[in-house]
Amino acid sequence: MKRLMIGNDAIARGAYEAGVTVATAYPGTPSTEIVSNLAQYPGVYGEWAPNEKVAMEVGAGASIGGARTLVAMKHVGVNVAADPLYTFVYTGVNGGLVIVSADDPGMHSSQNEQDNRGYGRFAKLPVIEPSDSQEALDFTRLAYDISEEFDTPVMLRITTRLAHSQTLVEEGEPKQVELKEYKKDAPKYVMLPGFARGRHVEVEKRLLGLKEYSNNTEINRIEWGDRRLGVITSGVCYQYVREVMPDISVLKLGMVNPLPDKLIREFAEGVERLVIVEELEPVIEEQVKSWGITVEGKEHFTLLGEYSPEYLAERLGGIAPAQGFGLDKEIPPRPPLMCPGCPHRGVFHTLKRMRLKVMGDIGCYTLGALSPLDGMDACVCMGASIGMAMGMEKAQGVDPSKIVAVIGDSTFVHSGITPLIDIVYNQGTSTIVILDNSTTAMTGHQDHPATGLTIKKEPAPKLDLEALVRAVGIKNVRVVDPLQLDELRSALEEELQRREPSVIIARRSCALLVKPPVNKKMVIENDLCTGCKLCIRIGCTGIYFIEDENLAAINPTTCVSCEVCAQVCTFDAIKIVEG
Amino acid sequence: MAGKAMNILIVGVGGQGTLLTSRILAQVAVDLGYDVKVSEIHGMAQRGGSVVSQVRYGEKIYSPIISKGDADIILAFEKLEAARWLDYLKPDGMIIINDDRVDPLPVMSGKVKYPEDIDQHIAQMVEKTLVVDASSIAVGCGNVRAANVVMVGILAGAMGFPEGEVEKAIQAMVPPKALDINLKAFKEGHNLYSNIA
Ligand SMILES: Cc1ncc(C[n+]2csc(CCOP(=O)(O)OP(=O)(O)O)c2C)c(N)n1
Repeated sequence: MKRLMIGNDAIARGAYEAGVTVATAYPGTPSTEIVSNLAQYPGVYGEWAPNEKVAMEVGAGASIGGARTLVAMKHVGVNVAADPLYTFVYTGVNGGLVIVSADDPGMHSSQNEQDNRGYGRFAKLPVIEPSDSQEALDFTRLAYDISEEFDTPVMLRITTRLAHSQTLVEEGEPKQVELKEYKKDAPKYVMLPGFARGRHVEVEKRLLGLKEYSNNTEINRIEWGDRRLGVITSGVCYQYVREVMPDISVLKLGMVNPLPDKLIREFAEGVERLVIVEELEPVIEEQVKSWGITVEGKEHFTLLGEYSPEYLAERLGGIAPAQGFGLDKEIPPRPPLMCPGCPHRGVFHTLKRMRLKVMGDIGCYTLGALSPLDGMDACVCMGASIGMAMGMEKAQGVDPSKIVAVIGDSTFVHSGITPLIDIVYNQGTSTIVILDNSTTAMTGHQDHPATGLTIKKEPAPKLDLEALVRAVGIKNVRVVDPLQLDELRSALEEELQRREPSVIIARRSCALLVKPPVNKKMVIENDLCTGCKLCIRIGCTGIYFIEDENLAAINPTTCVSCEVCAQVCTFDAIKIVEG
Repeated sequence: MAGKAMNILIVGVGGQGTLLTSRILAQVAVDLGYDVKVSEIHGMAQRGGSVVSQVRYGEKIYSPIISKGDADIILAFEKLEAARWLDYLKPDGMIIINDDRVDPLPVMSGKVKYPEDIDQHIAQMVEKTLVVDASSIAVGCGNVRAANVVMVGILAGAMGFPEGEVEKAIQAMVPPKALDINLKAFKEGHNLYSNIA
């Protein structure tokens, strides 16, 4: 019986059916569900690794140890994992290994929209790209056979639309796969220069074999139709092409690296006009052009964002939808924002009021950069805040007492520890605020080493953040409640005075993980409210402003009585009522 | 656009249950024997941003996303979101709007005004507009969060979905402790449609 599944669940199913027994990942939208789901299958060891590099290394070890292994991450995670990945391509596998790269064209939940098909050519590994959930399952299974046949890790590249679209899937029977025997083989697995030179020869040989495979595999297929137009495409773009041009000829690529050169030539010769439809970078186009084939591509299509059927219809022709309704009204935007009761809110409100330079990081708290909190100066990638604070201090020399780094607990464990060591070693003086909400909130509340629970919610040794930062040499360590604004502010003031680095751990559970108090509510005393809107500037949906009455008001359905608005009010107009 | 696909766009504010709603509707379509595709939003936007889920079903569905001007039905859990996504509706499409207002940040902070009578404007343009107070009905059923399932009831009425099929899908998708409230919410929505249709 067919079932609806998002692409990510289908990948997990495919991996289970292929006999995967080790799965490791660091969460990241749109990849997170793959391993959280796969970990629930019988006989699968699943884990949250502290970051993608570790995940890749655990994966490499599991593969060498003989297990079929899956490693998953979002596109930028592959940058973190790139070091082990590139060289693991040299050693090759023992048990098959698939690395899933979940790209995010359109940046629904990401800080960039890099096209990880590029890794295929750069790191020299095969890249497979499914176009719906059934293919996600089937291609995952197939990827393990390719991996073991060619002795190489395989990248399964997906995009947000595939990861989070549900389509019908027919599940298969799980394969019985034995753990492969491990044989010590230093020239294959120890990448000293002398051995690595030998392995590079193998890598190039392997790629020639993979190119032949690509020319013959069923997952690269020509669908002949009207030959006046031929489109080469892959992934979810294939669906968009078929939606608007059901009758044209299509070369649908399931393997996008290495490309099937012979098949592409055959297709090019069989059509009058050849167009390549690929989101983001002209990865296929540039290679096809380099073979001297006349082809159109990015002169018609943007390098930016996601494509859609209507966009393809507009650029290429085909079935276009009707003109929809145009409403001549200004529609205010609705950006995402911190939840009512979010412990991050008080921190950014305070940082802004203290006029500090804030080197930010990635997580729910990045929303603190948006109006009205406006509490962040820079944010680049996970873990960057601490090193950037150090760099800014060294650049500006004077008055480092105005520079802080803010970083979430999961992000700190991911990649905040080494830059903290840099600050100690090279004698920086910044104040680091670890926003410890005891979860990885942004990606949907995954556990991590400092929560004391595994991916299956089983108890695990809990990483002690205070002891950790002390151990790297931070002498000034304190824990504050981020919803107690006075306490937070005086902690910041004191630590910023010091000519030494400090860590303030702002600790309180994510508001979505605790039940709001039932015996407490916030009320506004209208005769005390002056309409100054200070409370509105904390950007909380629990409180709003009534212009006509020049009064603030509590929204009882969203307010969780965190009391931040009451602490912000200088006229004592917001009261806590018990019972 | 290919063949006779039915396109349903579900729009709202992150946290209002668009995801669950699209999963219920999609399951009904699967049980009725259609090819089905659903596109969801996870991640950042779920934190109170503008969110959309898309359900398409028919003989054969290619794209998981709906084009502008191609939605047969828009189910809007909030008025401003109804307006934001209105250009996705087909000229003869139907929009069902929950008479609920959730101020986005620029409105809360007084930077811009929430467009007045936005649902009335839509009703003037779109012949098949239905504005219902699903939130109040949901409160009556025991939890305002079941407003999305009240809307499912209305939609099921409009589409002529067999009631039993929808109830089955709700049973499969909703956690047991919230089931009674949700089944009640569905019934109320369904009755409401029968009364106005
Ligand atoms: C290299 C990399 N991996 C994963 C992500 C996805 N991601 C964004 S923020 C985040 C962690 C957020 O957790 P935390 O730092 O604890 O902050 P919170 O959201 O809980 O406030 C993750 C995993 C990313 N952006 N970059």
